[in-house]
Amino acid sequence: MTVTSDLLRLATIGSVDDGKSTLIGRLLVDTRQLFDDQLDAVVNASERRGVGDLDLSFVTDGLRAEREQGITIDVAYRYASTPRRKFIIADCPGHVQYTRNMATGASTADLALVVVDVAHGLKEQTRRHLCIAALLGVRGLVVAVNKMDAVHWSPSAFQSVVDEVETVAGELGFGVVTCVPTSALLGDNVVEPSNHTPWYRGPTVLGALESSDAGAWTNATNGPRLPIQWVLRQPGGGRTYAGMVNGDALHEGDVVTLLPAGIETTITTLNTLHGGRSAEAGAGLSIDVALADETDAGRGDLLARAPLPRVTSELSATLCWFGERPLGAGQRLRLKHTTRVTPARVVALDGVVDVATLVVSDRAELRTNDIGLVTLQTADPLVVDDYRDNRVTGSFVLIDEVTNATVAAGMVGRASFLA
Amino acid sequence: MTLTPLRPPTTTDHLSLLESHAVYILREVAAECERPVLLFSGGKDSAVLLHLAVKAFAPGRLPFPVMHVDTGQNFPEVLAFRDRTVAAIGARLVVASVQDAIDRGRAADPGPRGSRNRLQTVALLDAIVEQRFDAAFGGARRDEDKARAKERILSFRNAFGQWEPRHQRPELWQLYQGRVNPGEHLRAFPLSDWTELDVWQYIEREGVALPSIYFAHERDVVRRDAMWLAVNEHVEARPSERVERRLVRYRTVGDATCTGAVESDAVTVAAIVREVATANVSERGATRADDRFSETAMEDRKREGYF
Repeated sequence: MTVTSDLLRLATIGSVDDGKSTLIGRLLVDTRQLFDDQLDAVVNASERRGVGDLDLSFVTDGLRAEREQGITIDVAYRYASTPRRKFIIADCPGHVQYTRNMATGASTADLALVVVDVAHGLKEQTRRHLCIAALLGVRGLVVAVNKMDAVHWSPSAFQSVVDEVETVAGELGFGVVTCVPTSALLGDNVVEPSNHTPWYRGPTVLGALESSDAGAWTNATNGPRLPIQWVLRQPGGGRTYAGMVNGDALHEGDVVTLLPAGIETTITTLNTLHGGRSAEAGAGLSIDVALADETDAGRGDLLARAPLPRVTSELSATLCWFGERPLGAGQRLRLKHTTRVTPARVVALDGVVDVATLVVSDRAELRTNDIGLVTLQTADPLVVDDYRDNRVTGSFVLIDEVTNATVAAGMVGRASFLA
Repeated sequence: MTLTPLRPPTTTDHLSLLESHAVYILREVAAECERPVLLFSGGKDSAVLLHLAVKAFAPGRLPFPVMHVDTGQNFPEVLAFRDRTVAAIGARLVVASVQDAIDRGRAADPGPRGSRNRLQTVALLDAIVEQRFDAAFGGARRDEDKARAKERILSFRNAFGQWEPRHQRPELWQLYQGRVNPGEHLRAFPLSDWTELDVWQYIEREGVALPSIYFAHERDVVRRDAMWLAVNEHVEARPSERVERRLVRYRTVGDATCTGAVESDAVTVAAIVREVATANVSERGATRADDRFSETAMEDRKREGYF
């Protein structure tokens, strides 16, 4: 049996009506990812709603309200594989009021597939999405400059969007950006190369996704971390500590520090789920470990190797605020970081980001979908890395104390473009 | 930027990553919720889910009971499998019975040949309220249906048990937060990112036991709604239908009145993996009459509180 282990997770981003869902529909249909009955259902739904023979956006816009309104409300996850690679695709909504859902889709993505309507250029909402994707640490960008048929396949129209995208991507610190002139509706340069664009020599959207190295592993710059989720009692009275590894690999025999207590001990046994006892385990694997010394380790604690994370109860952080009511200094919330939940308070609001200019300015409160810089104080100490060093120990969410809704995505530290 | 990727080098295989992620979700919810329960239908997805739950808490026992929503119209092989499996791991079994719900007047009896598919929601929500469960693990996958493709891994249900697709909680990174107020609950779907093929490849790798009806066998069937429907105590052939004996297997397991069989000669998991890899029709499209009522049948049932 062959299992393709090369997986790319991507999220679509961009403004409403630029064609994100249509592009994903086109990609899935032209790579034959849909079963016959699923394609039939899309054809039937298109006819019933009077939107032509095949509305490709219906492949992912599966909710009743989405089809009635012709918009995407929440993220659809689709799974695709080609001979070269497996994909998990998060098709995200473009509307500003659903930014929280876009952030949900982008938070686990390696690559953003940006869709831009060539006739309109970069809208504010696309800039907001690019800014959030950059903050969330999405590494790769593929840009479909879409609806090229509507501008008669004009190379200069394409180039002016490319120039705009490259400027913004540069400011936000993205690396290589691949721009592709497309018509998702007609299928040009999505899976099949277009014969309308003889002046374009680059890859199709699929080609760009298949060859992107955004999902490739680069060694972490900091040491291994194991946030403890659960204590497993072993027969005979011993205990092992279960959690998911992130950062560098952990090994049997590793000298580790239990934080926040600061106790040094050694991993005597490392158990994986598949194959049992193992010499090492890399990021993304759920394991349990036995320690050489008696400790009172439990859920919320963390095992780490140097360079050690910081132990702190005051955080400087970047927030994407999704709450319906504004956030101001003094407000109390709950904070979940790794496996620890603690009360937290906003000590200071240090600024709000203008997504168009990336200028940080003073304001008394954060409103829904604002990106802001804050200082937080927590009741219990947290064990943190800067988000740019570690996406697990550098991230947190804020929770409304009354409704229990998740109201913010938080990242420890601030991105260099917000300096 | 020098961001650390969330995921590991390609030396770690796909199935091990899916397994680790599912176990991570099981442990998070078990740690954060007061009274979780694991929904177990006896189907392949819930068999895999239970297998993962056992692994997540071994060598300890499951820190939650297992619940079967029993329509009273089951395949006998599946009930036997349920009892065998639950006994083998020493779990506590809760049965939420649709027949009880009918007897207590909570739901109207659709008659001996009628489908009890939607009545499962009544039995399920009643059991959640009575037993004060605040989280229910399910084996649903996002590749099954277009409404499921939209659902969070931790899916919030209000005090009426409803899913509100327009007001889902943001779910950032792998920070699954499962806090609810009394009367509300969560559905947790650890297999969200698994495809049907992943499930079968995992069953093959781990040797997960399944009910015999997943494997090819001869059975009396009739052709109805473009499916092969087994003729048994719950399904009677209509005058226009011809009963045939065919070599079939089940691709999903649900209520006996609305789950169809597919023609197949696959008698081993390896043969099923090959069959699934080349299928032209989706598993629910091939086998579920309950999804054919309308364009948004699954969404409508989920809004009411279905799995």
